Amino acid sequence: MTSIKVPIIENILEANDFVAEENRKIFSDHNIFCINIMAAPGAGKTALIVKTIELLKDKIRIGVIEGDTASVTIDSDQVVMAGAPAVQVTTAGECHMDAMMVRKGMEQLPLDDLDLVIIENIGNLICPAEWDLGSHANALVASVAEGDDKPWKYPNIYRNLDVLLITKTDLIPYVDYDIDHFKSGVEILNPGLVTFPTSAKTGDGFPAWTEWLSKKTKAAAEK
Amino acid sequence: MHELSATQNILHIVMDHAERNHADSVSAINLVVGDFANIVPDCVGYYWKIITEGTIYADAVLRFDRRPAIFECDDCGSQFEITREMTACPQCGSDHVTFISGDELLVESIEIVRNEKEK
Repeated sequence: MTSIKVPIIENILEANDFVAEENRKIFSDHNIFCINIMAAPGAGKTALIVKTIELLKDKIRIGVIEGDTASVTIDSDQVVMAGAPAVQVTTAGECHMDAMMVRKGMEQLPLDDLDLVIIENIGNLICPAEWDLGSHANALVASVAEGDDKPWKYPNIYRNLDVLLITKTDLIPYVDYDIDHFKSGVEILNPGLVTFPTSAKTGDGFPAWTEWLSKKTKAAAEK
Repeated sequence: MHELSATQNILHIVMDHAERNHADSVSAINLVVGDFANIVPDCVGYYWKIITEGTIYADAVLRFDRRPAIFECDDCGSQFEITREMTACPQCGSDHVTFISGDELLVESIEIVRNEKEK
């Protein structure tokens, strides 16, 4: 009997990263801009997505991949009602989406007829941060009701963001939320991060956010 | 908190290298896990037992080389560890800090056993 040490040094998420890279290429080949939206449960992801579709659907063709832990169609029904094709991918209880789930969703979307694909990730501030899905941008939705300490408590998810949406700003008078404390935590982890304070209720902040998203989508189409 | 999928990925990598090296069994797996990778070693060990039952991988010892999350202060240059909550620089209080390391999630090596061949 012989015992041998085999050196490997392989990233445990390498298989996922490989599929993610392929996803990104497929989106790019179709001139599609893809954005992955992450958040805690109840942060207002679906409300933000629905409002965004309503404001942009006449100018941009949008498709949505909805991640859900179980096969309830509440979120995807709302998206379809807002006027965008949506496919639902269930993770069978898993805490995050991975690149292969996104691929399955992509296969059901009419990619030739889309300019923008929005992925609504599972509500969770820990796990989704680790999994590259093949999007061109990662967004985090953080509501003021969750508290201003979240960047300090869940630092990892803030590190790989391209855009941050502070939601439910209409609640600021009613909750203890110090936006400067929140922003100083974000600044440590992701200096200069593009941030939009928004309220889906009042529409505040949506012109700036949808303009940013339109510009990114247009740039992807012109590549 | 996604130890099951992480454990499945570890198994795929281990199987690939064990087969290529004609292993009869695997005695140990050396992993590098950063604190920012959000992986609980005990859970990986638990899932490993379940998904490898009855295979040549079932008796492998999982060794975890834990790496702390290290940040460096952009202003005073000192390096510090973050164990739970994020903090400003403990030396000078600056908010300008840069993540250095601590999100590793690697299979570093495996130790395989080959039974002696009959002559």
